[in-house]
Amino acid sequence: MSQVLVVTSGKGGVGKTTSTAAIGAALALSGQRVAVVDFDVGLRNLDLVMGAERRVVYDLINVVQGEAKLQQALIRDKRLETLYVLPASQTRDKDALTEEGVTRVMEELRGHFDWVVCDSPAGIERGAMLAMRHADVAIVVTNPEVSSVRDSDRIIGMLDSKTLKAEKGEYMEKHLLLTRYDAARAERGQMLKVDDVLEILSIPLLGIIPESEAVLNASNVGCPVTLVDTDSAPARAYLDAARRLEGENIPMVVPSERRGFMSKLFGRRAA
Amino acid sequence: MTIFNFFKPTRSAPVARDRLQILLQHERVSAGASDLIAKLREEILGVIARHVDIPADKVQVKMQRGDAVSTLEVEIELPNPVRRRAEAAA
Repeated sequence: MSQVLVVTSGKGGVGKTTSTAAIGAALALSGQRVAVVDFDVGLRNLDLVMGAERRVVYDLINVVQGEAKLQQALIRDKRLETLYVLPASQTRDKDALTEEGVTRVMEELRGHFDWVVCDSPAGIERGAMLAMRHADVAIVVTNPEVSSVRDSDRIIGMLDSKTLKAEKGEYMEKHLLLTRYDAARAERGQMLKVDDVLEILSIPLLGIIPESEAVLNASNVGCPVTLVDTDSAPARAYLDAARRLEGENIPMVVPSERRGFMSKLFGRRAA
Repeated sequence: MTIFNFFKPTRSAPVARDRLQILLQHERVSAGASDLIAKLREEILGVIARHVDIPADKVQVKMQRGDAVSTLEVEIELPNPVRRRAEAAA
């Protein structure tokens, strides 16, 4: 059965696109057919993070408006043959996304894929609402920081009221993905702890992604972190998160970097 | 600023947690209320519009939150002369 997953947050810059790419790739690694869909019309970036920016011909809006077929707009990933990207338009404005058009495209995507992962734009405007509209499951990406937690709370309220599932009176499945987490700073009382965020937002935890260089390295080279640096702490955290999404029961840990003795001694940087 | 501050880092996270808990408690209530008001307004307008021609902006619904009770204020402005709808009159 096909699942539509929205990756959302309210606040910008918390890691929605990074997480969409990493989790989409992680799901595809187990052989499932996955489409990652960029809803950030006018500010597309999922293509860049996935390393597909030079292969964009048609985009989501072309398909929504019937100017291109879905198959023409989907870009197949070069590394995984079951992973596809549907880019957003870079030029047109958000009003070009019509509700009926998006509904039709989502139905068609459901027919071809096991997972349709929708990367929401920041904010609570039209694009964000349309990205979550058809979702069966939501990932709320949150940084351990006050403004991000507040915006996540707002988005959780919208997931429970503005989605098709919510309107039908069904339960909207929501998961918290805590990103850019620094266990040492949390331990010193300088950053909200996992439990603090969980207590405030009260949705189940999908994963804890530690702050790490590997994330920027991955986006620099245009490859999901779960494919390029699979042994890094964030990659392992995303891989576990994807398995939890598939229903596996995996103990929750804060992954840490596997560092050698010398790098532990000399490699420490100022926070 | 003394030298002791260096050894005792500021524990700001508990402050963040408390501020968020207070703020979100408030925001969740008001978000729920604004949904309720929008719904009430829509339904009240629907009932009146079945019988009388009325512009959509002439129904105002306000909620005042008190400690013990809250009050709901509904203000409906009917245009003169009141024009009854045909099906209602029939």
